[in-house]
Amino acid sequence: MKIAVLSGKGGTGKTTVSASLSATIKPSQYVDCDVEEPNGYIFLKPDIKHSIPVNVEIPCVDESICTSCGACAKACQFHALAVIKNKVILFPEICHHCGACYIACKPGAMTASERTIGVIEMNDDQTFAQGKLNIGEPVAVPVIKKLKEYLRTDIPVILDCSPGASCTVVQSLEGCDFCLLVTEPTPFGLHDLKIAVSLVKKLGFPFGIVINKALENNSLIQDYCKEEGIEILLKIPYLKEIAKNYSGGTLPVQNNKEWAARFIELYDKIKERVLQ
Amino acid sequence: MKICITSSGETVESMLDPRFGRCSYFVVADLESGEHTVIPNEAGVSGGGAGISSGQLMVEKGVEAIVTGNVGPNAMNVLKAAGISIYRGKTESVKENIENYKAGKLEKITETVPSHFGMGNRS
Repeated sequence: MKIAVLSGKGGTGKTTVSASLSATIKPSQYVDCDVEEPNGYIFLKPDIKHSIPVNVEIPCVDESICTSCGACAKACQFHALAVIKNKVILFPEICHHCGACYIACKPGAMTASERTIGVIEMNDDQTFAQGKLNIGEPVAVPVIKKLKEYLRTDIPVILDCSPGASCTVVQSLEGCDFCLLVTEPTPFGLHDLKIAVSLVKKLGFPFGIVINKALENNSLIQDYCKEEGIEILLKIPYLKEIAKNYSGGTLPVQNNKEWAARFIELYDKIKERVLQ
Repeated sequence: MKICITSSGETVESMLDPRFGRCSYFVVADLESGEHTVIPNEAGVSGGGAGISSGQLMVEKGVEAIVTGNVGPNAMNVLKAAGISIYRGKTESVKENIENYKAGKLEKITETVPSHFGMGNRS
């Protein structure tokens, strides 16, 4: 079973929830798909043993064949190519590796070359895996694609997604069985939750909500969920103790039986929904 | 000689647009004939690479100098490769900027601003 944890808004507690789930359900695989800033390792403290580079294919121009017709630059939807003074200039960071320029080049001057944009890191039994995009690289999807080649199929998999609802999240969600949406009772939390909800609805995934930093006298998210008929699977209260432990690198479920039990209950609810 | 001024509107009375890659319009002025053409910037709303495609457009239009506010790193690479000079315009009309260029009153730009500077610091 593959559970994707997403949120829309950043800082709502995706890592708290996904790392807690992974620390409670044993054995399970935690996969950090937030490749621009993976942080689950801070809590799960894996012993990284494997490091696999993520390479992408970029075009390379054979100048002896190139007629500088400009067809490659016109075909590029991402404007990664320019043809100036009979010379093709490539902007490798902007390239999305779609291959359109190879097709557009009639004389066949385009050849492929490789470039490393990130790395996949794992512990020995692959219960922990994370993707890391190199600093300054703008295109994260190939790293997530590569990371997902290492998903375990024999144990539950928890995917910690990046914030937002863009290509990186869509790539992370692909093939998962359930989406867990983590939110907080603030206007921003609700605003971005609605975007995340419309994404998972559009993609047709079953989903439920975790309210983090929940307050007794605030029903912002509950009201929305009631209206939309969305199930709230867990509430994590806004407590100084939880925040203090978190800032010291300790999850709510670590050294706390009560919270561990609540996360097992959360997992059972998800299982029930998936098996329905 | 043709020069291009980045413009916020469709006429020479419009104000200079301080962004290059994502300006609203390009006004290409022919200094010999005194004529000008206005080109809407399709790259202004593109997802990425706006500076590159705007730079490519300048090459295609045979522009030799640009008057604008700021130029990003990718656009600068294209313009440098093409040998197009860049001048810092003033927040005045396109027409006044053309006059200032002719009078040699504008300063040449050789440094870039960071990526996505003209998008209000959205990355």
